[in-house]
This record gives sequence, C-alpha cells and structure tokens, in this order.
Amino acid sequence: MTDHSETAVLGKDSAPVIAEEELVEGSSLWKDAWARLRKNKVAVGSLVVFVLICLFCVLGPFLSPYDSNAQDLFSGAEGPSADHWFGTDTLGRDLMVRVMVGGRISLMVGLVATVVALAIGVIYGATAGYIGGKVDASMMRFVDLLYALPFTIFVILLMVAFGRSMWLMFVAIGCVEWLSMARIVRSGVLSLKKQEFVEAAVSLGYSHSRIILRHLIPNVLGPVIVIATLTVPAVMLLEAFLSFLGLGVQPPNASWGVLINEGQANMEIYPWLLLFPAAFFAVTLFCLNFIGDGLRDALDPKSAKD
Amino acid sequence: MLKFIALRLLQGMLVLLGIYAVTFVLVAATPGSPFSSERAIAPEILAQIEAFYGYDKPLGERFITSLGNVLQGEFGPSAVYANRTVTQIIAESFPVSIKLGSISLLLALVLGVPAGILAAVKRNTWLDYLPMSVSMAGICLPTFVMGPLLALVFGLILKMLPVAGWYGPEYVVLPATTLGLYYAAYFARLTRGGMLEMLNQDWVRTARAKGVPEHTIIWKHCLKGGLIPAITFLGPALAGIISGSFVVETIFQIPGLGQWFVRAALNRDDFLVLGLTVLFAAMIVIMNLLVDIVQVALNPRLKYD
Repeated sequence: MTDHSETAVLGKDSAPVIAEEELVEGSSLWKDAWARLRKNKVAVGSLVVFVLICLFCVLGPFLSPYDSNAQDLFSGAEGPSADHWFGTDTLGRDLMVRVMVGGRISLMVGLVATVVALAIGVIYGATAGYIGGKVDASMMRFVDLLYALPFTIFVILLMVAFGRSMWLMFVAIGCVEWLSMARIVRSGVLSLKKQEFVEAAVSLGYSHSRIILRHLIPNVLGPVIVIATLTVPAVMLLEAFLSFLGLGVQPPNASWGVLINEGQANMEIYPWLLLFPAAFFAVTLFCLNFIGDGLRDALDPKSAKD
Repeated sequence: MLKFIALRLLQGMLVLLGIYAVTFVLVAATPGSPFSSERAIAPEILAQIEAFYGYDKPLGERFITSLGNVLQGEFGPSAVYANRTVTQIIAESFPVSIKLGSISLLLALVLGVPAGILAAVKRNTWLDYLPMSVSMAGICLPTFVMGPLLALVFGLILKMLPVAGWYGPEYVVLPATTLGLYYAAYFARLTRGGMLEMLNQDWVRTARAKGVPEHTIIWKHCLKGGLIPAITFLGPALAGIISGSFVVETIFQIPGLGQWFVRAALNRDDFLVLGLTVLFAAMIVIMNLLVDIVQVALNPRLKYD
C-alpha cells in the first residue's frame, strides 16, 4: 500500500522527476533544450500527432479485422462506410489497413535511410573537419560536386539496374541524403577542434579516433539531431516519389507513395483513394518538419526567432 | 573572374564526363537487353539487330565510340522506337520541357521571393505567419500529391482547366502551378531567413540610429545579401524541377523530356537514357556555374575560397 501511495505522489508531478534524472546525467544542455521544446506548442503538438500516426500504423493492422492484401471483389471501390472507414480500393481491399501497412514501410524508409545517411555523413564530415587542410578542402570539394549532381536520375537508374528491392532503395536513398549532414558535422568539428578540451585530450595522448568519437562528435550532436529530423521527411519524399513512378515499393506491397499513385489513377471516380493516403503523408511530413524546426530552436537558442 | 569561370567550366566538363561514365556503367549493368521482346526472335536476326546498334562489340569499345559520338553531338538511335534518333526525340520534347520548367521557376520566384521579403520585414505579424504557414504546407505537399489534387479540384470538380494533354496555353496552368508552388515555398523560406539575418546585423541598427529610412535599409542595404540563400538554391531548384517534371509530365500527360526519361529507363532504351541524363546533367552544371558567378559577383569574399 505504502509503495502505491508513494508512486502515486511521484506520479503526480512526474515531469520534474524526469528533469532531475536528466540532471543526474549532467547534461544541462539537453535539459534546457527539453524545457524550451516543451514551450513550443507547435512542435509538441506535431510530436503528439506524429506519435499517434506511428502507433496507428504499427499497431493498427493487428487490431483491424481485414488483411491488407485480402481482396473482396464484391465490395470493390466502395466509399467510406461503417465497415470500411476509409472505403475500399478497386480490388475490394480495405483502404485503412493499406494506409497503415503502407505507413509502416514509408516510416521505415524514413528511419533506415536516415540512419544510413547519418552514418556516412557524420564519419565523413568529422574526418574532414578533424584532419583539416588540403584533405579537408578536397573532401569538401567532392561534396560540393556531388551536391550539383542530378541525384534523382541516378536513384532511378540504380533502381532499374539492380531490381526494385526495398532494401536497395533504403541504401540508395541514404547514399544520396548524407551530404548536408557531412557539411554540418564538418563545420562543427572545425570550430571545436581548436578549443582547449581537445588540446587537453591531445596532450593526454589520446588516439585520433578516440578524440573524434568521444570528444568531438558528442559536441556536434545537437545540429546533427536537427538535420536528421529534417532528413526523415526528405527521405520519405524520395521514397514516395520513386514508388509513385513505379520504381520503389512494388505492389501488392504498399507504401504511401504506391497508394497515392493508385489513388490518382482513379481519382475522378474514387477520390477517397487519393485523399486518405495523401492526407496521412502530408500530415506526417508537416509534423516532422515542425518537430525539426522546434528542435533547432530548442538546441540552438541563438537561431531561434528573436 | 575569368580564371575562376574557366576553372569552373573545366570542372563542369569533368563532372559531365564522370556522369556519362557512371550512367554508361549503370545502363550496361541493367539485366536484360533493349532488344528482348515477348515474341521469340531468331538468333540470327537478334545478332543482326545487335550488330546494327553496336552491341556486338566489347563494352570498353562501345564506351569509347558512344563517347566520341556524344562529343560530336550525336546521341545515337533510340533502341526501342525504330527509326527515331535520340536527337530527334530531344528536339521534339525539349521545347515543351523548357516552357514548362521556365514558367514554373518564374512562378516560384515571383511568388516566393516577395513573400519571403514581406515575411521578414513584417516579422511576427500575420503577414509573416500567414505566408510562412502556407509555404510550410507547400513543402509538405509534394508534386505527386499537389498535382492530382489540383487536377481534381480545378479540372474535374470546377471544370475550369484541362487536366491532361499539351495543346494551348490553358494546358500549362495546372502543371506549372504544381511544379512552381513547391519551390515557391522553398524560396519564401530561404528569402525570409536571409533577409532576417541581414536585418539583425549591427550595421542595420547603426543605420537606423542615424535615421536612414526603413525602405532604404531594406531595398538598398539588405536585399543584396538577403537574397544570397535564395540564389544559391537556384541550382538545386532546377535539379528539382527536372526530377519533378518526371512526375508532373506523367500526371498531366505532357510530351516532354521527363516522361521520355521515365519511359526510357523502364524500357531499357539505353541510348535515350544516356542522352537524356547527359542533357539534364549539363543543364544543372550550367545552372550551378551561373549561380556561382552571380554569388561571387554579389559577395566578392567568396572568390578566394
């Protein structure tokens, strides 16, 4: 009983408890950032909506009575109803389940491709910034060159050349989106490496990799998190673009891009087939962009408006 | 300045050469052949077809010949559409894409840049919030969502504009709006950011303290620097409009380069893919060169980077 009442008391104001736990870890930057982020109503609202969409997509298919690929040709292309909240597509498949399953793939692309981009960008940028000099100049020149290239064309050719496998697409997109990440990490490392704590680490005889991994990268984590959050919608956009052209996720698998493509093919007669997936896709991108902006303001107060 | 331009030109050539090589390898690595079809073809005939297109030669030799041809402006025959050369196809569809692309880009600039300036000058009023939330919505509605939605509303429900084809001026409206709005949103946000950075400078405060009128500060002192982010974005915007045209030309059934590219990639029309890739890349390289020059002209400090 006593245990219960104690947790109840603690539970009442759980927010300060979380804050204190973070304080114990000694990173007051993160605590400050979290406090600032919580004040940003748009960002918090976006975060809530985004989490709800994720839950909807991940858990939804388990709760729905329909299978995403089960066809019911007798109830094909019906509008939203009590049985099928989002209606059914031309093959009689329940659209709500398809939006959920498609969302899983779209969100997974966002996650996996961003991780790929993150890994390449952070390592490349940190190395360039840390070595500096001519190596840095030529490494960043290379990034500039890649920036100027028509990448979508290459992703399209890659997809045609190596089959339309989903994992290949994840990697191909990740390989395209690492450039801004590398730039940001590099400029952060460049300004940090002249500071005293790095000098101290050097004089203690630490290895280069230890200095990069333990001392420099943690200090550029803030901007990296921001750019990663903003990379997720960019990546999802590219996936949907490819799927829309028929080069990404292949039917009967669905992603939001596939569903939008199927929807626009029949939009005159069955507009809901376009509207539901398009709405989910747009709202998700909206939320991710606002979360990214909010994180930027929270982690770098100087850049905040006024 | 001349040396700078010459250097960048040389670099651009090298980039194009690299792109050509990579595309060639990718196209060659694609399984299947452009000449395979549903019907079985007698092996002798297939061999003749391959010999006609030069596919019987080893890969390295093919690369050298095709590169030599491209350098002379000859992109070769279409491997799928008999009796048509890549140059013919480009000559027919390039003007269409140029028209669509330039109207879109113009629309993006005309809508985006003034909106961004206004938002920065009137910051934190509804004249800032309104355009900025509209532009956020624009960024989150990519071309392949915006296109069908516009077609649905203005074409099918209101019946004001045609939704497909490419005949008169009214056929340009929906596709150009679809392509342009997305980049208008980007230009608005970049211009706002750039102008705000300028307006927050110490020398602006000094100018205000000295009694320089606000419009002089905005138009004479801040505009030049404030537009740099938007100008830098012109290169990526052109690249984006090209790849956006793949989608928009497919949605609105426009006979431009974008639709040809998607079809060529799917049909394994090797020469057409190569020719179009080089053309797209050349346009982007030239645009980036122009952007670099304008940037250096606006901000001479960049020259020594």
